[in-house]
Amino acid sequence: MDLYQELILEHSKRPQHSGLREPFEAEVHHVNPTCGDEVTMRVHIEDTADNGPVVRDVSYDALGCSISMASTSILAEETIGHPLSEALETYEAMKAMLTSKGEDPGDEEVIGDGVALAGVAKYPARVKCALLGWMAFTDALNQSGRDTSVASPTESHPVGGQA
Amino acid sequence: MTAQPFTAEEVARIRADFPILTRTVRDGVPLVYLDSGATSHKPVQVLDAERDFYERLNSAPHRGAHALSEEATAAYEGARERIADFIGARPQDVVFTKNATEALNLVAYAFSNSPHPDIPGSERFALGPGDEVVVTEMEHHANLVPWQELARRTGATLRWIPVSDEGRLDLTTLDELVTERTKVVAVVHASNVLGTINPIETIAKRAKEVGALVVIDACQSVPHLAVDVAELADHGIDFIAFSGHKMFGPSGIGVLWGRGELLDAMPPFLTGGSMIETVRMEGSTYAPPPQRFEAGVPMTAQAIGLAAAVDWINELGIDRIHDHEKALTRRLLDGLAQRPWVQVVGPTDETERGGTVAFVVDGVHAHDVGQVLDNAGIAVRVGHHCAWPLHRRFKVAATTRASFAAYNTEDEVDALLAALDRVPEIFGVDTAAKAS
Repeated sequence: MDLYQELILEHSKRPQHSGLREPFEAEVHHVNPTCGDEVTMRVHIEDTADNGPVVRDVSYDALGCSISMASTSILAEETIGHPLSEALETYEAMKAMLTSKGEDPGDEEVIGDGVALAGVAKYPARVKCALLGWMAFTDALNQSGRDTSVASPTESHPVGGQA
Repeated sequence: MTAQPFTAEEVARIRADFPILTRTVRDGVPLVYLDSGATSHKPVQVLDAERDFYERLNSAPHRGAHALSEEATAAYEGARERIADFIGARPQDVVFTKNATEALNLVAYAFSNSPHPDIPGSERFALGPGDEVVVTEMEHHANLVPWQELARRTGATLRWIPVSDEGRLDLTTLDELVTERTKVVAVVHASNVLGTINPIETIAKRAKEVGALVVIDACQSVPHLAVDVAELADHGIDFIAFSGHKMFGPSGIGVLWGRGELLDAMPPFLTGGSMIETVRMEGSTYAPPPQRFEAGVPMTAQAIGLAAAVDWINELGIDRIHDHEKALTRRLLDGLAQRPWVQVVGPTDETERGGTVAFVVDGVHAHDVGQVLDNAGIAVRVGHHCAWPLHRRFKVAATTRASFAAYNTEDEVDALLAALDRVPEIFGVDTAAKAS
């Protein structure tokens, strides 16, 4: 099945950066009420002189299907250590791909392993699974007082890179 | 009663009544529909009955005196009679609702709307602090959340009967749970997850000893086994609720059966047109049941469609449907037993068991199991099936559930098992491992 790329299975079996850690500015708990998948997520953002706010840590405790586990693992991998503005661009690009009904294969330059989740877009019932961690991430950012609307659409990356 | 499962020829004839069963899904694979517990398909006879209503009779029943309205009223009330007859009830004790959820809410709200100054006897529904409502740990949210809310509104306390590891109600503490403080006991007849058929007569007997009312969620029993409310009433059961769409009928219609004298004493839930006796600016009085509980223009076509579904079931015989599903359930349970990496959640013996089978694959989330099955055209339900506390009880986030109806075949069970064998392959599960 093309949905279950090897990368997804690897991430779901060995979720990167999992576990809840300190320090953190906000902790959120998100649930997918249709299937009972859950994620508790903490974010730690630090303001730096050179790069503005930087994502120092995303730690989480998740229970869910391979798609939601893999997506959350990829989220941590693709955002930790990155400037917040970049992390938000990654979020926007992931969301665009996942909600594109298969039109947007995703840009590996922006979302890294996230491209392995491109197949999810063809299964509307699973899109929520893939977005669960990302919704928690933006919610945690909002709760920590960060502006999550900074990603400018004009900077979005072109569609149609190598899938 | 012993009946025979349907022969292959009979199932083929049954399937011919369901156009949807001939369609393909995904990349052109034939549909194997094992999700009738969520909603069943509708035979052409039901579709024709609804269409015929709109083509020939369409008008608002119980309103006006023109010919169409008279005919629509006769068709609507005739549908009530056929549906009542199917469950052994008097037509005046059968209330049409939007669905079973609304039927259960109707009863719950009768309690919070009591006592009602204009409804004699309604004080027996009054509930307050110190009173208790008893449910079970295996309830569908539809027979749990309305009682939680009722308890919240009235100050009453909610208690519940626990579930054993085998997936049956643990009745060892029944007498301590159902006491003089208990005003209502609400229990599911057949679990929509475990398949367990509960000993509702035993529970009702205890409820009657303490004067509590008994409400039964019959959504997963009425479509699959003979349910006779006259018999249930003898055992002390006061209300049953079920939905039309799970029994070959249209969506948008459910049924509440209630003991006549209780319906008479119940305040209305939804109010408005149709359900009144007199209306003045200062206040209103209400029609007798069942009209008191059917506010607004009713779902006439759906009632007529449900009556056609009941006729269709009667033609086959509910006992034969039951035995057919039982044989399919046995085949599935046997197949799953040969796969040590699959754990069934619920009873694995046939006694007091219906045709829903929930299971988990070791180390693989139900969503992923369902996706692999879906890829093979097999429709099952994944998730907590609106019974989240029950899943917590078994310490699983979600299960995969197959459920049967009259149109399912042995080949479909085998297709499910074959597709299931792909799951460990894809997710790298050790099939030799046995989780105990």
